[in-house]
Amino acid sequence: MSWPILSVITFLPLLGVLFILMVRGEDETALRNVRWGTFWTTLVTFLISLLIWVGFDSGATGFQFVEEHSWLGSAASYKLGVDGISMPFVILTTFLMPICILASWHVTKRVKEYMIAFLVLETLMIGVFCSLDIVLFYLFFEAGLIPMFLIIGIWGGPRRVYASFKFFLYTLLGSVLMLLAIIYMYWTSGTTDITQLLAHPGFTPEAQKWLWLAFFASFAVKMPMWPVHTWLPDAHVEAPTAGSVILAAILLKMGGYGFLRFSLPMFPDASVYFQDFVFFLSVIAIVYTSLVALMQEDMKKLIAYSSVAHMGFVTMGIFALNRQGIDGAMFQMISHGLVSGALFLCVGVVYDRMHTREIAAYGGLVNNMPLYAFTFMVFTMANVGLPGTSGFIGEFLSLMGAFKASTWVAFFATTGVILSAAYALWLYRRVVFGKLTKPALMKLPDMTPRELAMLLPLILLTIFFGAYPGPILNLFGPTVESIIKPLNEAAAAAHLLATASLQ
Amino acid sequence: MNTVLSAIVFLPLIGALLAGLLGTKVFRQLGRDSDVYGEHHAHAHDDHHEAHGHGHDDGHGHHGHYDGPMWPMYLTTALLCLCAVLSWYVFLGFLHEPRVEKVEVLHWINSGALSANWMIRVDTLTAVMLVVVNTVSALVHIYSLGYMSHDESQPRFFAYLSLFTFAMLMLVTADNLVQMFFGWEGVGLASYLLIGFWYQRDSACAAAMKAFIVNRVGDFGFALGIFGCFLVFKTVDFDTIFAAAPGMAGKPMQFLAWQPDTLTVLCLLLFMGAMGKSAQFLLHTWLPDAMEGPTPVSALIHAATMVTAGVFMVARLSPMFELAPYAKDFVVIIGAVTAFFAASVGLVQNDIKRVIAYSTCSQLGYMFVALGVGAYGAGVFHLFTHAFFKALLFLGSGSVIHAMSGEQDMRKMGGLGPLIKITFVMMIIGNLALTGFPFTSGYFSKDAIIESAYVSGWSFAYWALIVAAFFTSFYSWRLTFMTFCGQPRADRETMEHVHESPNVMLIPLYVLAVGALFAGFFFKDYFIGHDFKEFWGTSLANGPVMEEIEQEGAVPLVVKWSPFIVMALGFVVAWVFYIRDTSIPRRLAEQHQPLYKFLLNKWYFDELYDLIFVRPTMWLGRFLWKKGDGFIIDGFGPDGVSSVVNDVTRGVVRLQTGYLYHYAFAMMIGVAAFTSWFLFGGAH
Repeated sequence: MSWPILSVITFLPLLGVLFILMVRGEDETALRNVRWGTFWTTLVTFLISLLIWVGFDSGATGFQFVEEHSWLGSAASYKLGVDGISMPFVILTTFLMPICILASWHVTKRVKEYMIAFLVLETLMIGVFCSLDIVLFYLFFEAGLIPMFLIIGIWGGPRRVYASFKFFLYTLLGSVLMLLAIIYMYWTSGTTDITQLLAHPGFTPEAQKWLWLAFFASFAVKMPMWPVHTWLPDAHVEAPTAGSVILAAILLKMGGYGFLRFSLPMFPDASVYFQDFVFFLSVIAIVYTSLVALMQEDMKKLIAYSSVAHMGFVTMGIFALNRQGIDGAMFQMISHGLVSGALFLCVGVVYDRMHTREIAAYGGLVNNMPLYAFTFMVFTMANVGLPGTSGFIGEFLSLMGAFKASTWVAFFATTGVILSAAYALWLYRRVVFGKLTKPALMKLPDMTPRELAMLLPLILLTIFFGAYPGPILNLFGPTVESIIKPLNEAAAAAHLLATASLQ
Repeated sequence: MNTVLSAIVFLPLIGALLAGLLGTKVFRQLGRDSDVYGEHHAHAHDDHHEAHGHGHDDGHGHHGHYDGPMWPMYLTTALLCLCAVLSWYVFLGFLHEPRVEKVEVLHWINSGALSANWMIRVDTLTAVMLVVVNTVSALVHIYSLGYMSHDESQPRFFAYLSLFTFAMLMLVTADNLVQMFFGWEGVGLASYLLIGFWYQRDSACAAAMKAFIVNRVGDFGFALGIFGCFLVFKTVDFDTIFAAAPGMAGKPMQFLAWQPDTLTVLCLLLFMGAMGKSAQFLLHTWLPDAMEGPTPVSALIHAATMVTAGVFMVARLSPMFELAPYAKDFVVIIGAVTAFFAASVGLVQNDIKRVIAYSTCSQLGYMFVALGVGAYGAGVFHLFTHAFFKALLFLGSGSVIHAMSGEQDMRKMGGLGPLIKITFVMMIIGNLALTGFPFTSGYFSKDAIIESAYVSGWSFAYWALIVAAFFTSFYSWRLTFMTFCGQPRADRETMEHVHESPNVMLIPLYVLAVGALFAGFFFKDYFIGHDFKEFWGTSLANGPVMEEIEQEGAVPLVVKWSPFIVMALGFVVAWVFYIRDTSIPRRLAEQHQPLYKFLLNKWYFDELYDLIFVRPTMWLGRFLWKKGDGFIIDGFGPDGVSSVVNDVTRGVVRLQTGYLYHYAFAMMIGVAAFTSWFLFGGAH
């Protein structure tokens, strides 16, 4: 393709920002224009991004649609490109943005700033997944925090300041360490180009360990992994609906993406070395946070904890260091983007009507909201990983990969399928099933066409990819294969070393 | 042939989708209520909760009025009838020409060496299951036209029934473990939805959840078994696994801290799934509660089809189980214990549906004993005959409940025989078949199981099954006598309303009665008789015991007669207790209070599980939340830090929102600083 498509979709949302800045006044017509302008911007961005999927050669392993310009003098370059593991996230981001804008239709506080924050956030998120220069990646990665921080802090709930502070504190710590690692990598290898770093003969095993840990600090917070997960429930609870959707669906995936982009291919020896460590944290995340999710009294908190558990499957799958594990982790991330996003939208639907997220305030919604009950059921089942929904494929493959690596890990992680059924169905029962007895709920109307428009695509994709995951699995298969090869060599070397030292 | 097989599997799905999406309230709701934020509309369904005040009754007849279109019901029923006819066509073809038919449908999960695709695989075993599933499902659809005719949500009900049928068909036509798992969990979903069909009742919602979660415990094992199979065999396809299994016999594999025999551990893990789905001892607790669902559901899902999925699974994997003798022993023990345990609980239950539920549980135990001793043909034969007579008993009891205006407690029945004669006769036929009266279908299949348990040297299993057969006969006739004989114990108003069910409900009973009486006689030669080898072909790895019970003289006469003797004995005892002197049961219960309570409370399993699983889990969840996350992680992490920061900044920044911009500003400055630092660092 001759035109710079990645740059176009990365910066197209900023065009929407320009448009909003040009809208004068705060009256209803102006706000309507702002909403529609934002919506169309994100929709067009999504449609253009589909061209990437169309033009993508899923058989190839290298980067595609590469653009390169010099920037920041000789230090770094402006280089974009996608491969099998970044392309799906680009599409996921552009796909979810119009839905988020729809979900924000009734925001009344500082509408212009709100929409600008989301559009800027979109640019930064796409940038993270497209960057092929580590400095550029770092800038997008860190700058993405600012709009998110503002979204929680300005449009959030009553404890928004506490939540955004916690969010900030955790992520800052990780970022500083990652930056130091990046600087070290540049000094050692003399390049910031990710493609060259990937081809780099490699850092010494000792250096790899430190670099791995530095990156891990950042990605583990982002995922989030136990025990640095406690910022997520608070951030979710306080964030507005669309903020929660983006947080769960895209921002969390940056951690998993980072592991696959940097940790595994650039530090293979360290990845093998730390495998058990990650397994340990992942299994704890799955069991511990599932148990905690069971007892939650706030709908959003429950789903947030369930996200942590699901991300535990992702880290476990990635560090299974085999094909099924990584395929599963990748698929789980995409699927979780659809499903957890949809679950937060489902919470948003009733929150908009009742202005409470407390589970005890609900009950019996199926009686007058059958369409809502149906929608919520689909995503509840996808959340518990029912076969036939997209949630199953990722969970199943990552567990299968883990079983190959260690039966202990798979054994404990698989208990997660029991616990997830328990917390998800119990939530559903308390909110949707039962008699309609609470007076406040009696007259609640069912989902509106706008709400259906944002959830229906997610329902269809959740079921479609559950029955036919090929279109997604095939995207990253070759790339995953190319990541695994050096890992196998590293594992073999480590094994050799271990047996040699034993003798 | 491919078209026929595809039609059999996918027509129910089409029916379910059309009825579920276009026929239900969900769809009719669209286009209304366009403005959530405006004034709330007066809602058409406001007053529904008024109509559901009834306690533990079946809810039948109390669900107001249905005024929607009838096509969803007729469509799903017609499609299922078509499927049933096609299934019989396929099955009769297999009687004389066993083979394996495979239809490729679609790619599914392909990841490296793993390749699990959507396939329809039909061999003799599957053909038998197709007949069972589609026949009972079609009859239950027809029956429900009458039974559910007053229910306001009947399109949803029929959609669920058809969805269930589809999932069950995917299960039995699977060509690999993963598709089987899909069907497995799919029927679990349908079961969950149907148990909780009357979602306004708390007990129904609780039972639905319990069914799903307990099944998930079994699925935990099933899933690990699949992972193990993939690790060992590098595939999940049945044929490849079976071909490679002999090579793995006797070899150890690493599992957790042990190195057990590969096939034993795989079979045991997979069998854990079967225990959950087929409600075997320890994982049985969900089945009696599942009776909260409408009675046709109990007949279809919780008697004839879904609960037999575990039996099907072991039969399907018989080439693996045959190579894992310890796993087979475990299957026998679990089956025998379940047969005895469930029958003992069935003795004292008062809810008509719960008695039959425990009976189902017990009969499934019989099937597992047959599988465990290697008489796979006998196990599947009992599955086949049991489907007819157990569905008959459930639908018959539904007819009773229908007549009694929703009453399920047998202590409030009695004397119904003369009033609903046809139902009475149908229930007697069901009883005869269940208790194994000579030449009914249960006689052939059940006796074959008892004999194979004896021949294979399992005297423990043999005695458990004989005692269970005595219990079975007793509780079956107890049920009949309490319901149909003696003086009416219901109030006058209820008795005046007692009426025979309409034909749409009776015709399915007639069909099932024919099956209950004659299915055994007609098919015994194929399933367990002298043609069994040709009939099953490669679909079952029948052990030598199948031939032994076939031989004359291998089974002593007293063993051959023992089931009949205990059956007769059970009948006599029930007659004495519930016709001749009705005070005996009460006196016995008073004399043996602890034993009676023990049985009545189902061996206290629910209480035990609540104590050792449910409560500790919830306590642990709360503990980890409040202490783990709240006290330790946050306390030493961000909150600890923030309290320090707050001390410093208190008084400097007063406005709450002031914090925010400071932090945002700090972050931006930080990023800028890092960048420039890097830039200068990089320039050198």
